Amino acid sequence: MTKYWVDGEKTIDINEADDVNSVCFTVDDKDVVVSGGQTILEAVQRTGIANIPALCYHPAVRPYGACRLCTVEVSEDGGKNFKFVASCLYPVKEGMIVKTSTEKVKKLRKGIIELLLARCPNTKIIQELAEEYGVEKPRFSVGDQDCILCGLCVRACQEIIGKSAISLVNRGIYKEVAAPFYAYELGEGCIGCGDCAFVCPTGAITMGDNGKPVLPRVKIPYAEIGAMKSEEKLLASQG
Amino acid sequence: MVEQVRKLLDKKLKNTGELEKLRQAVLDKRDTSRITVSVCGGTGCRASGAEAVVEAFAEEIEKRELQVKIDFKETGCHGFCERGPIVVIGPKKIFYQHVQPEDVQEIINETVLQGKVVKRLLYIDPATSEEITYESDVPFYNKQTRLILGANGEIDPTDIEQYIAAGGYSALSKALFQLNPDKIVNEITSAGLRGRGGGGFPTGRKWQSCRTAKGDVKYVLCNADEGDPGAYQDRSILEGNPHSVIEGMIIGAYAIGASQGFIYVRNEYPLAVEHARIALEQAIDYGFLGENILDSGFNFKITINKGGGAFVCGESSALIASLEGKIGEPKSKYTHMSEKGLWERPSLLNNVKTWANVPLIINKGADWYSKIGTAGSKGTMIFSLVGKINNSGLVEVPMGITLREMIYDIGGGIPNGKKFKAVQTGGPSGGCIPEQFLDTHVDFDELTKIGSMMGSGGMIVMDEDTCMVDVARYFINFLKGESCGKCVPCREGLAKMSDILDRITHGEGKPEDLDTMMDLAEILSAGALCALGRTAANPVISTLKYFKDEYMAHINDKKCPAGVCRELIQYSIDPEKCTGCGVCARACSMNAISGEKKEPHVINQNMCIKCGVCYDSCKFGAITKQ
Repeated sequence: MTKYWVDGEKTIDINEADDVNSVCFTVDDKDVVVSGGQTILEAVQRTGIANIPALCYHPAVRPYGACRLCTVEVSEDGGKNFKFVASCLYPVKEGMIVKTSTEKVKKLRKGIIELLLARCPNTKIIQELAEEYGVEKPRFSVGDQDCILCGLCVRACQEIIGKSAISLVNRGIYKEVAAPFYAYELGEGCIGCGDCAFVCPTGAITMGDNGKPVLPRVKIPYAEIGAMKSEEKLLASQG
Repeated sequence: MVEQVRKLLDKKLKNTGELEKLRQAVLDKRDTSRITVSVCGGTGCRASGAEAVVEAFAEEIEKRELQVKIDFKETGCHGFCERGPIVVIGPKKIFYQHVQPEDVQEIINETVLQGKVVKRLLYIDPATSEEITYESDVPFYNKQTRLILGANGEIDPTDIEQYIAAGGYSALSKALFQLNPDKIVNEITSAGLRGRGGGGFPTGRKWQSCRTAKGDVKYVLCNADEGDPGAYQDRSILEGNPHSVIEGMIIGAYAIGASQGFIYVRNEYPLAVEHARIALEQAIDYGFLGENILDSGFNFKITINKGGGAFVCGESSALIASLEGKIGEPKSKYTHMSEKGLWERPSLLNNVKTWANVPLIINKGADWYSKIGTAGSKGTMIFSLVGKINNSGLVEVPMGITLREMIYDIGGGIPNGKKFKAVQTGGPSGGCIPEQFLDTHVDFDELTKIGSMMGSGGMIVMDEDTCMVDVARYFINFLKGESCGKCVPCREGLAKMSDILDRITHGEGKPEDLDTMMDLAEILSAGALCALGRTAANPVISTLKYFKDEYMAHINDKKCPAGVCRELIQYSIDPEKCTGCGVCARACSMNAISGEKKEPHVINQNMCIKCGVCYDSCKFGAITKQ
């Protein structure tokens, strides 16, 4: 049985790493030893032992657990009971058993991809995932958005750049990425670094001619109205 | 100013001896010969005009200088909201219902001054048609065990001395001086108390892990962000007996070693906020909060935080995010809050009802408490019994009572002789329980077994005129609107589920929709981030399980058996029964009904908007709904 010791990029034999704070667990029937304090997804990605899809995860920012694609099954009682957990958030624990692609997990991912495809039918990364998981046509009403609300742009702007020039606003299906007060163009809060466009997994944020990002617009009436100036509102109300 | 400050300082109780002295003094001051008049000032009674009744009493008592004779108070919710405004005359507790300001003179003249009963204000038992004079004889009350709610009707929530006189803060002094933190946690654990907010997590275990968690700073939190449609127990406790919650929190704080507490309460509950605020101020004045509480060396203070109107903020991690000033979104709870909660510090979060149980357990002991209830669920539970039920209101019963006892004995059955169809328990993410399970013993585990849950104690009764597909649509729509939108299954899944249910209720359902919904339900329960999402499909799962034929009728026959879904019903006039009186034609705002006088009328289906006014207005039952 292969044993991996992963620390940064170096893969070494387990016997050389006895004195380090290590956690030993199983991923898809393979034993893995990694340094403690990381999440399942981090450990799996670094070992390359399995392929877990994730859209809202980026190693540079704190995990968020929104897309749920990285869900895996985990047992902490030696395989008696398994539960679904988001691997991007779940910490590795000694002796745990992780299964990254059981039928149940695949079915769940397929369902999530179907929902994402219904929201963003024209987005390349979603189309690719749909093909991989065998989702043909969503059974639901189909939208035409690009943004999957993974929040990576918001987290990058806050955690890496320290500006918080954009935020997620509203709730439920009305949630969207917006500038303060729904401004059409980003104001002084934004330094135009392009980090948000860079981390965006779907390409929903692009850089505009003015050197500042153009945010995705969620096509819902009241957010649009909220962003209108009063004279525009008047014109709109007059038809 | 100096005088005021001195007065303030004077109130401060420096030790338990002073507390007992004060309690005795308040009791001694009471003139037992005085007649007590307590008007229910709960939200339900206020909605039916209790404030005017309170004013009328106050005016009348002042005008006639009856202060010596009458001990008048506005109390918290009595629970029997259906019959509000409620007035109870002590010491015998004569129970008057639907009291209006114009009844006040008569009550004072007859009952207070002459000891006679005003018969027309009495409650009439619908089963026996007998007038019932005393509160304890009213079937709604005599089947209940009102351990938590009982004090609501006895004390004025804005006067701490009344709470003290009723034995208030004696549990605190017992906890501080006769027990130690470990013993307190043991008491709560062996009492078998489980979280009343819905999850049913063993409270003692939560306290224990928070007590042993490492950290100098710990927090105690009270979840009063009650948002279930039709549920208002937490509101009533905070409005009617805020000190019981505060006392519970102080004991909890002492047990785990916290020095700061927060009450997270809905801003939509102004009276609860106000009463909690007054109670906190008084608790500080009397020395139950602040530094060196009752000379025990223990310091603790509580701050009120008003919610911003999101249902999801009742979820513990979202509540904490909101308290921290962040967007009220849940986080994954892979690390327990008792280790890393508010500001990453060990935090003890309990529901209002759970906190209110604490003084009771400390006072009466775990042995006594654990005798009430079932093997797995101890104590009493407060339900808000609403919907198609005769006696709607707040009901406190021991765990293990059957649904049938609650609905028929306490609730008085279904109005207008209609047939019971289902009861929805546990709030929007609960399930609908059909008639065959009416003899289920209500506790945390039994409700889960039949596909519903205890939740925070909502109980919505439905009769034969309720369309179960429409019910599922309503709850899914509610949850769709309250989903925070963070994770994909909940945000997108609920929206799609709501689309499908909309289509079905509009007669555009397809047979394969049911499978699609079950797939969505699986995605939600397995994939959603928080408990709101994971349980959100329960209304659909339970109605599909127990009322599949109704879905099939909507989809295959394009018919709504209960006659609720407008697109699927048609009103028509039975020419045999129609007398041609023309009442329906005049009532119809669309002028869709025509006919000659004294001749059968007809409804023009193209013009009919299916509002049902004609159906309600016809005295001859000539209008049919199909």
